[in-house]
Amino acid sequence: MDWITIFSTTIKSAVGVETVLYALAAIGINIHFGYTGLLNFGQAAFMAVAGYGLAVTVTVMGLPFWVGIVIGLVAAAILALLMGIPTLHLRADYLAIVTIAVAEIIRLVFRSVAFKDIFGGSDGQRGFSGGFQALNPFPEGDYGFNLGPIPIFFPHWQLWVMVVGWLLIALCCFIVFLLMKSPWGRVLKAIREDEDAVRSLGKNVFSYKMQSLVLGGVIGCLGGFVYGLAYGSVQPDVFGTETTFFLYTMVILGGAARVFGPVIGAMLFWVLLVLLNGTLSEAVAAGVITFIDTSQAGALRYVFVGLGLILLLVFRPQGIFGDKREIAIDAR
Amino acid sequence: MRRAVIAFTAFLGGLVFLLVGPAHADPADCQGLKGTLTFQGQPVNGARIAVSTEGGQPVETVTSNAQGAWDVQVEDPGRYRVTLDPASLPQNTEIRGGNNVRTPTVYEGNCSSVLFALQAKGAAGQQQGDEAGGSSSFWTQAAQLTFEGLNLGLIIALAALGLSLIYGTTGLTNFAHGELVTLGAILAYAFNVGFGLHLIPAAVCAVILAGILGYGQDRFFWGQLRRRGTGTVAMMIISIGVALFLRYMYLILFSPQTESYAQYTAQPGIEIGPISAAPKNLVAMGIELLVLVIVGIALLRTRTGKAARAVADNPALAASSGINVDGVIRIIWTVGAAIAALAGIMLGLSQNLKYTMGQDILLLIFAGVTLGGLGTAFGALVGSLVVGLFIQVSTLWVPPELKSVGALAVLIIVLLVRPQGILGRRERIG
Repeated sequence: MDWITIFSTTIKSAVGVETVLYALAAIGINIHFGYTGLLNFGQAAFMAVAGYGLAVTVTVMGLPFWVGIVIGLVAAAILALLMGIPTLHLRADYLAIVTIAVAEIIRLVFRSVAFKDIFGGSDGQRGFSGGFQALNPFPEGDYGFNLGPIPIFFPHWQLWVMVVGWLLIALCCFIVFLLMKSPWGRVLKAIREDEDAVRSLGKNVFSYKMQSLVLGGVIGCLGGFVYGLAYGSVQPDVFGTETTFFLYTMVILGGAARVFGPVIGAMLFWVLLVLLNGTLSEAVAAGVITFIDTSQAGALRYVFVGLGLILLLVFRPQGIFGDKREIAIDAR
Repeated sequence: MRRAVIAFTAFLGGLVFLLVGPAHADPADCQGLKGTLTFQGQPVNGARIAVSTEGGQPVETVTSNAQGAWDVQVEDPGRYRVTLDPASLPQNTEIRGGNNVRTPTVYEGNCSSVLFALQAKGAAGQQQGDEAGGSSSFWTQAAQLTFEGLNLGLIIALAALGLSLIYGTTGLTNFAHGELVTLGAILAYAFNVGFGLHLIPAAVCAVILAGILGYGQDRFFWGQLRRRGTGTVAMMIISIGVALFLRYMYLILFSPQTESYAQYTAQPGIEIGPISAAPKNLVAMGIELLVLVIVGIALLRTRTGKAARAVADNPALAASSGINVDGVIRIIWTVGAAIAALAGIMLGLSQNLKYTMGQDILLLIFAGVTLGGLGTAFGALVGSLVVGLFIQVSTLWVPPELKSVGALAVLIIVLLVRPQGILGRRERIG
């Protein structure tokens, strides 16, 4: 078994682009679910409209890269408003079902043949990251170092995405930290604890929930940009409901209602997933594990994600850093 | 609690044993091309497919079998030309997009799937439209789609009834309900193809086993969680974990391909007035209707049914008036899992089996339940029929790939106007 490769990919995954984009989207979920108690199961839709907003602006309309970013951000904010109006009056389970339905509608429209000219059908869109890479200050080449025998190197284009991504994560965490210390943040947390009490104090609960949905959606949509820019393409099926479920796993793993919870959660999630995948597929290839084949080993790691989510919620719903009293998981 | 987790694992372990044999019944070494021709969910028999090398050397010409499947084994990996003879297709079908040649690549030791999507002649999206047919063909099509919508609606209703009852009695929004639907289909497949039982006894066995597993799931897992006082939102997220877990277990144990049962796969449709229907669909609809009526009567007339509705209304009050709430919930889980399994078998019969079939239909089940009003048993029936009909009939105007979009959009609009659903009560939405 090739342990060097396994450890190399695992260590790289702790800071890699997957972690960056999921961490950004998870910070959004943390604002929705962790702080406000909104069960938004449609976070993948925010990532999708951002990624597609950028892709369609650049490839179909031929506008520059930064216009695409602006359009993506506006699209995410509009989506949050549209999603919020019918649902924010409703109870948690209705909200969950409707947000998941909205996300599915958006995915199905993006992958439909009827709109293939705009969204590219199930193949998605590609070829829109040139404008971003043109800003890349790193000259061509691989950057990194050797950790003992383990090489940890990133190509220059990936490094550029990672640097921007981690700066965004730092910025978002700082914003969340400041906001949640502010009176505004205290109202959000109060809504999570007891909506009626907040309403009786004269606060407009609907408006606060909507602001939370827009803020979390816009931060989450940054994850969609990072996906598009890192892979140079967007495909509709990347933004399925399972993506949202993985985001929830990360938030709960790290600790909901904690500033760094989703970031730590995303890092741990990917480290574990990549380590598990590398070990399993290497073990299958080396003939150590014989009862499954390589594709089944790929599925097996998601079995562990499901099992992990169950065990987390049963034994430690507050995750690693969370506080049990601060999570909106009780009946409302 | 630890006991609960161990028991849950053991229950899944049992499942593994049951499924592991039949799932790998066909690991045949394969190097070539294969595909399955279906038209509106029905296999297409006797279509002629010619395979030649890229240079034009003919390799083999085959016809699709009763399951609509065909395959051609080739000696060397490389690019091949696959030609489907349009003249060999049934009269009323044509190839979507019109192109009858595919050029797939065969890799060493792998089978590549070749996709030919079939559609009704002159269907939407084609330029050659059927103005000549005019309104009569529109109404024929509408009648046919209404029939198909009822078929789908009844399947959704079976699954939705269980979901709604479980929600009503325990407050759990079960995201793993789709996986219970898949479970029924896969268990029936295991008995049918794995152990060689005829489909009807296999289906009966699958439904009974699914009921037992549903009982076990509540007895050893959800019931234990309720006893610990786990909140409803926590349970909802746990059910997502269960759904992920089960779905990928199915992928490992079943297969990533679509499969079909050994019997009743290709039935020629019979004409009833303007609609053409395979006899199996008529029988399936009859069974579904019968089960729904029986469950409905049981809810209205039997002591257990009344108790179930009482628990759904107010668990604390029901308990204080002497109803064994846990017992009732356990019966609900057993029945709910069994009828969800039946829905899965029927879905597998009218379409195909796939490990994601439950996931794909889950949102439609939710749409049905929410439309009718969360927690109301009869609301779920009405809502599901509306969803099924809407999905199929909307394809008169909407491209078929977007038919679910319409149903989900209607769900959102109804929630805007009437948040409690069609038969729901105002106070339930909180």
